Amino acid sequence: MSDLKKLVILGAGTGGTLAANRLRKKYKRDKLQIDIVDQNNQHVYQPGLLFIPFGLTDPDDIVRKRDRQLHKGINYHQTAISSVDVDANSVSLEDGSSLQYDVLLIATGAVLQPEETEGLTGPGWMETVFTFYDMEGSTALAEKFDDFESGHLVINVIDMPIKCPVAPLEFAFLADWYFTDKGVRDDVKITYVTPLDGAFTKPTASATLSSLLEEKNIDLVTEFNTGEVDGEACKLIGYDGTEIDFDIAVVIPLHGGAEYVNNSPDLGDELGFIPTDNATLQSKVRPNIFVLGDAADLPASKAGSVTHFEGEVLVENMERFLDGREPDVEFDGHANCFIETGFSKALLIDFNYENEPVTGHYPGLIGLPLLKESRANHLGKLMFQSFYWHGLLPGRDIPGIGPNMPKSGKKQPVSS
Amino acid sequence: MLTKTLAGTTVEVNDEGFFVDADQWTEDMAPELAEEIGVPTPLTDQHWVVLKYMRSEYFEKGTGPTVRKLGKASGVTTKELFKLFPKGPAKQAALCAGIPKPRGCI
Repeated sequence: MSDLKKLVILGAGTGGTLAANRLRKKYKRDKLQIDIVDQNNQHVYQPGLLFIPFGLTDPDDIVRKRDRQLHKGINYHQTAISSVDVDANSVSLEDGSSLQYDVLLIATGAVLQPEETEGLTGPGWMETVFTFYDMEGSTALAEKFDDFESGHLVINVIDMPIKCPVAPLEFAFLADWYFTDKGVRDDVKITYVTPLDGAFTKPTASATLSSLLEEKNIDLVTEFNTGEVDGEACKLIGYDGTEIDFDIAVVIPLHGGAEYVNNSPDLGDELGFIPTDNATLQSKVRPNIFVLGDAADLPASKAGSVTHFEGEVLVENMERFLDGREPDVEFDGHANCFIETGFSKALLIDFNYENEPVTGHYPGLIGLPLLKESRANHLGKLMFQSFYWHGLLPGRDIPGIGPNMPKSGKKQPVSS
Repeated sequence: MLTKTLAGTTVEVNDEGFFVDADQWTEDMAPELAEEIGVPTPLTDQHWVVLKYMRSEYFEKGTGPTVRKLGKASGVTTKELFKLFPKGPAKQAALCAGIPKPRGCI
């Protein structure tokens, strides 16, 4: 009998790629076979989508081939996934083949579901109503902005959860900068419309971000629940009948899990996300299924940094599982996000399941300023793109930065 | 910690009126809570479907559901939810059902 174990990874994005590469380095090929599946061969550096509408980056600069990011000895399958049979330990692929696994890693992320909101993809879609959350939308917006010189720009988050919850705020800040540079800011009204009761979910950061919106003359509408988007009459219509007029609406559509999840009995929840243990990243569906990144139902941000920090924990727990031991290494929900605020500055926030983002420095007493605008943070954000391709995806560690949130350097809030 | 008296019993609430301990809630407190926050009373069977779902989700998951999850899983559509709880189903139903403030998703 061979002791070769089979690992199948669904999704060759941030999580799938970094996990495949880390595990390939740990195991010889006669001990672990790694197969990875994705429906296309375009790996998009998603944080770059934010910059396209403002001409700050080109689409070509943020896309690379998925298979080229994988180490040797990883079998790449380019086909859509039809379903997973969790009892038979088998994945059916759309090309008609199937893959058997001893352990499965789900890393298929979150998908946009604009068709779930009435009218959103109807008349006006990509003419007056856009999203910057995919390549098509962000390039269409770049064109639209080219000759937009006056009117009402509305940014609307339909409902949580969304990928990178700070990105819509960054979009508002960058729009302020862009139209200021163009010399037409006085003629462009910018409004940020959210279903939350503040600019952001976490209180200290929410207060800072609200005052930044105010400083930049961006109106904030909270607790607005979009029921319908009418791109012809140019209105957002709330479930309570309230209307907001716009000339351009930039909408962040509802998110859900990948489609195959809904075709796989017992795999996902109502939204298509996989029920997952917050700490070990083992699914609650079957012990031999693990989940990485946005595909999980964790109460953490759906963000690349979270996936990155989860990576190390996931790999250790998967090793323990393959050895027949209990996965007991714990992830703390650590997230770390640069927030572009325009004019070549950015904020940095760092937090986890238990600790909200506060002021101070990261990763220790000496480091980047937290929750405060600085040029250093902006440069940090720009430099990260190179680290993404050359450090994060190949599975290299950042010296001095572990998966869990550092506490030194942070000012703790006084609890009320 | 703030307290208030509902249906003759003293309970602990936070500064927004959310229960701190969901076990302090009893069904006879719901109509009083509803009236306070502008939920149309008397509470209908549909209101109770939602309130019971809120509590079962809270005890299972540790936080109340979002509007979207309510619309998909409670058995009441999102449109109807906004008729039942006009100022936001997730928040108002959590208040009436006596569970702590939903964490939301970030």
